[in-house]
Amino acid sequence: MQRTLFAGMIGLVFGAGIALSGMANPAKVLNFFDLAGTWDPSLAFVMGGALLVTAIGYRFVLKRDKPVLEARFHLPTSRKLDLPLLGGSAVFGVGWGISGFCPGGAIPALGLGEVSAWAFVGAMLAGIFAARSIRFALGQRATQNA
Amino acid sequence: MTEFTPVASLFGGALIGLSAVLLMAFHGRIAGMTGILSGLLPPMSSDWTWRAAFVAGAIVAPILILGVSETAIGYDSPVPMPWVIASGLIVGGGVYFSSGCTSGHGVCGMARLSLRSLAATATFMVAAFLTVFVIRHLLGGF
Repeated sequence: MQRTLFAGMIGLVFGAGIALSGMANPAKVLNFFDLAGTWDPSLAFVMGGALLVTAIGYRFVLKRDKPVLEARFHLPTSRKLDLPLLGGSAVFGVGWGISGFCPGGAIPALGLGEVSAWAFVGAMLAGIFAARSIRFALGQRATQNA
Repeated sequence: MTEFTPVASLFGGALIGLSAVLLMAFHGRIAGMTGILSGLLPPMSSDWTWRAAFVAGAIVAPILILGVSETAIGYDSPVPMPWVIASGLIVGGGVYFSSGCTSGHGVCGMARLSLRSLAATATFMVAAFLTVFVIRHLLGGF
């Protein structure tokens, strides 16, 4: 119960950050990528602010033995620069460049009640589900977190 | 055109960072939307409740902001709907195999100096820059 409640409040902070930063606005994201056209450098400030706070915060948090509500930290352990990582990233970047939606930006956009955001998220979930089914069908081990 | 908003973007970015730090501090988890959502798709992971709560909070946040303040939240999706849907499928397939997106790799992974996340972030950023260049300046679209 406590875990769920805290996760909800932390999700609120995440969604507020996305909404206030402009990341929920596909037009703004596309303009960030349009160096040769209507370039809007705002998203560099989003990434800068997020990275700065996270990098400093993680230094303190990860020094602790365990998180407040769980028995241990769940950190990715893979170190491989393999095809799924790089190929998947390239495919993601192409999709992001087509519409300006990324997963973290699109979820808070759902709260704005925009049809395009709901269409994107529906298709994205179908895409994740299809990719996972393919990987399971190929009999490979699924990885879940970044 | 969209307005250059360095202050709001920096502040919003800092909030995203704060949420990443809090989720690690309390739940020991990477605040990556791809990983969080993946555990909510069938077969759902056993710890789906915190994931659902995080996602719900993220969706409610803009509603709360619009409800309690005069703040405007810009939104414009300039791309035709079929392309939005195609891009959703492409993004979903991509982030599943890359095990992360802008939040997981770009913020959390880069912040803990993960080489995988650095490589992933560089790859998807370059791919997005190239895609927008090709669509807008070579194909003349959107």
